[in-house]
Amino acid sequence: MSTPVLDRPADATTYAAHAHPLWRRALVTPEVAVIALLVLVYAWSNANVANFDNPLTLYYLFLDTAPILLIALPMTLVIVTGEIDLSVASVVGLSSVVVGMLHHDAGLSIPVAAALAVVMGMAAGALNGFLVAYVGLPSLAVTIGTLALYRGIAVGLLGTEAVTDFPDKWTDLAKERISEGSSYPMVLVPFVILLVLFAWLLHFTSFGRGVYDIGLNSEAAHFSGVNVELTKFWLFVLCGAVSAFAGVYYTLRYGSARGDNATGLELSVIAAVLLGGVSIFGGRGALHGVVAGVLLIGVISSAMRLENYTVNVINIVIGVLLVLSVMTTSLLGRARSLAARARGGGPRPPRRRNAVAAAPASESSTEDSGTQERHPE
Amino acid sequence: MSDLLVEPSSTSHAQRVIGGLLRSREIAVLSVLVALILVTTFKSHGFLFSSTGWRDLLLTPSLLLILAVGQTVVIITRNVDLSVGSILGLTAYLTGKLFSDHPNLPIVAVFVIGMLFGAALGLVNGVLVAWGKVPALVITLGTLYIYRGAFLTWAGSDRINASDLPKDFLKLGTQQVLTIPVLTIIAATVLVVVGYVLYTARSGRELYAIGSDPDAADLYGLPVTRRVLLAFVTSGALAGLAGIVYVARYGTVSSGAGSGIELQAVGAAVIGGVAIFGGSGTVWGAAIGAFLLVTINRALPILGISDFWQQAVVGALILAAVVLDRVLTLRQERQLVEARDR
Amino acid sequence: MKFRNRRLSALAAVSLVAGLALSACGGDDGDDNASDGGGGSSDTFVFLPKNLGNAYFDTSDNAGKAAIEGWGGTYQEVGPDKASPDAQVPFINTAAQQGVAALIVSANDKEAICDALNEARDAGVKVVTFDSDVNPECRDLFINQATAEGIAKVQVDMISEQIGDSGEVAILSAAANATNQNAWIADMEKQFAADHPNITLVDTVYGDDDDQTSFDKTAALLQAHPDLKGIISPTTVGIAAAARYLSTSDAKGKVMLTGLGTPNQMREYVEDGTVKEFALWNPGDLGTLAAFAAKALVDGDIKGDEGDTFTAGDLGEFTVDADGSVLLGEPYRFNADNIGDFDF
Repeated sequence: MSTPVLDRPADATTYAAHAHPLWRRALVTPEVAVIALLVLVYAWSNANVANFDNPLTLYYLFLDTAPILLIALPMTLVIVTGEIDLSVASVVGLSSVVVGMLHHDAGLSIPVAAALAVVMGMAAGALNGFLVAYVGLPSLAVTIGTLALYRGIAVGLLGTEAVTDFPDKWTDLAKERISEGSSYPMVLVPFVILLVLFAWLLHFTSFGRGVYDIGLNSEAAHFSGVNVELTKFWLFVLCGAVSAFAGVYYTLRYGSARGDNATGLELSVIAAVLLGGVSIFGGRGALHGVVAGVLLIGVISSAMRLENYTVNVINIVIGVLLVLSVMTTSLLGRARSLAARARGGGPRPPRRRNAVAAAPASESSTEDSGTQERHPE
Repeated sequence: MSDLLVEPSSTSHAQRVIGGLLRSREIAVLSVLVALILVTTFKSHGFLFSSTGWRDLLLTPSLLLILAVGQTVVIITRNVDLSVGSILGLTAYLTGKLFSDHPNLPIVAVFVIGMLFGAALGLVNGVLVAWGKVPALVITLGTLYIYRGAFLTWAGSDRINASDLPKDFLKLGTQQVLTIPVLTIIAATVLVVVGYVLYTARSGRELYAIGSDPDAADLYGLPVTRRVLLAFVTSGALAGLAGIVYVARYGTVSSGAGSGIELQAVGAAVIGGVAIFGGSGTVWGAAIGAFLLVTINRALPILGISDFWQQAVVGALILAAVVLDRVLTLRQERQLVEARDR
Repeated sequence: MKFRNRRLSALAAVSLVAGLALSACGGDDGDDNASDGGGGSSDTFVFLPKNLGNAYFDTSDNAGKAAIEGWGGTYQEVGPDKASPDAQVPFINTAAQQGVAALIVSANDKEAICDALNEARDAGVKVVTFDSDVNPECRDLFINQATAEGIAKVQVDMISEQIGDSGEVAILSAAANATNQNAWIADMEKQFAADHPNITLVDTVYGDDDDQTSFDKTAALLQAHPDLKGIISPTTVGIAAAARYLSTSDAKGKVMLTGLGTPNQMREYVEDGTVKEFALWNPGDLGTLAAFAAKALVDGDIKGDEGDTFTAGDLGEFTVDADGSVLLGEPYRFNADNIGDFDF
């Protein structure tokens, strides 16, 4: 064999990624690892942490993590396309201020104020989307700017005052349980609805396929007929709308509308999404892992708080988990490619002969470039 | 037909230099800063012309200036360092603890220890990013949490008060040499040193190459890992220095020290012309950006705008700067394409 | 085989992260705030100040700790690092889950934590507020350091004495929503209008009980109001930061500063002339009184109704007032003559 360009086994009829049976493809994934970890940690906490089995625990857990659960859904889609949205927490704060001011100063009822807040969130997301998708700016820079801008508007409108006189009817609804004595608060209902919606959007529509394609290679996606700009634009609008809704919930749950509400929430959302197996480079990820990631952080925080650890220790653990989860993916990827090279291994992606190995800026490229020219002997 | 893609310029060398300077982003931001100072002084003479006003004008931005310089070095390599605020807080607390437990330590020793400590924390970031090949955004997000948590766990609800610090050190916070505050001199020295290295030294120029195209830099044989490591160590060391300056300036360290300042540092760099995608920008621009941000914050109450709007102004400026960069890049591309096709 | 590698690696990932998480959750009961990890026994008393890292609350909570451990109870202190209304809610929730005996709170807002407090009371926790109250419907008792009018009056009197009863003054407060701050500021405005017509209150700025913010706001105040004669800061963090800024600026001695401060933080500035006089009460006594009041509730000695009496150790006997509040005493003025006598 001299220089075959494609070396595939003669009987190959499937893509390498589909070489394994369905159950292996579904179960041996980072998402399942996170779900397994969640189950482990929950079971361990239930057995060993005092008061963890109190019915209030799950209830407070869901109440506390609801904003993160909600925002993680559209954030997953945004990160899968390879972009990022750091301004979500500021939209939460701004929506909180809008609800507070519309209710307190303009006398509007809560549902109307909430609806207007969601519209404002869509507008905020639209600005992000326009600048990223149509003007072509890097989303990191744009969302750092809008993070400051939206938070600044929120604080500018209310100062450090808080509006706290919300009608009991609505603040109670934010905390109500699904049924008497159950541990599940009402806020889970909109969450489950959104979860089903996003899962359908991501996995069962061509829009969702487009999202994955953009993440893998936006040029190729463009030439395959995906409207890259419009997709990205709508994803940012969705992010803004859901963040605004989470802001309404946050306001009613804590009964306090304040310009600096939810400061730092974006980091928790991104940490949870990355923990859930979504790749920061884009192109891979699934919602079940993300939900498990959010709940994992919630369970760990809850258990540690019951053990009287302070918030800082909890934050250290979250930070370490975040770093580890991303490093593990990266290291595993390299370990895999090293192992594959050592075996002279199976089906490999075709190599361009005049390789300026213009691989994506991911883990294995620099190792592979130029070192291996051999083919299966 | 000429075989040159672009005709040689017909203007003289001096004209080109001055023209380039005038059109540069740094001069643009500097003129905005000067205009702001003039307008504010017009409203309240004390802003510039009282001794406290002049001192505060130069002194208050020095903290953000140091951080912006460190951030620039990292952003040029196409990374970002979000953990500088936590490093600042940790180092500030370490400084306070050193002074309160060993009151006779020479101040220079504390400076050195603080910077080494910051450098070590930056090294952790650098190792994870350069060797782990994980995006800096994620790593520094994680270390932001971890360092802040470590700080709070170490400090507990303890605070460093002005009474714990030696008088000489506290005096540094307001001391002036020929009316220039000492802390500003420190910041300016950092600026000049880092700017010189980035402009003339091989390692500095290579940072630009790595930011412009990491793959090409790697293929060209540049020691990418080592340089990125160096960038993060520099950023950490400068954040450590900023922590010491913080203690000298404010005289107390509480658990919130430095939180949120990392985004201001990134903002200052972006406004000053450092491209977020790496490969271009100067520390001078970032320094002027830092100056502008802090001066806006101080000027707003005098201009009658509640300083609650400061963050909104910062955000708008960052967006404007990024959009402007993009527009200019597109225009330049178009001009080059036209030149090529002519 | 590749797939075995992948499964092994997934397994490795799971066990690696699980191991870390388990070791983080499991190991060290050593460094909690409680005496043994896990809380939740019926003799645990939890102090929840506005925020941690505040010298004023350190004093009050430590005195409470001494009192609680004096009768053999378990003491715990929890709190957020920023004094914002919603930051206290998770701690109240945790206390409710743990079923502690009593929660002793200084509130960042009158209404925001009401629901959480009532949930805790439903779970059997006694709720005592001190220093900064909530809506009376959400707590069992309020321990007040002094009457709001008394606190306002002493500061108004001091500043008018120091600036010659005429000129511009400004207030550097703590958090914009703090119940006690707003009560005192409202009273101060009334008293300025009624008794000191030549004094104009030009601005109220908020330092959020954060040292750096208060420092910067003082600088901004002096810049924005060049004719300012006096600053009142009814918060120990604010007055300390303002004093520190003033003592190195050229407004020292020209702009008078007074308010509520602790002797230890202010001693240096009284001695160098930046501050002439300021006031406070003993926060330690406040904490002790709050602890004993909580104990009396838990033991069932009192119910929180008007007329109930209880003993607070060395502080003596106290009676509950009409709106469920217990008064500690009067504010005390500190100046160069007596500041050496105190250590808190």
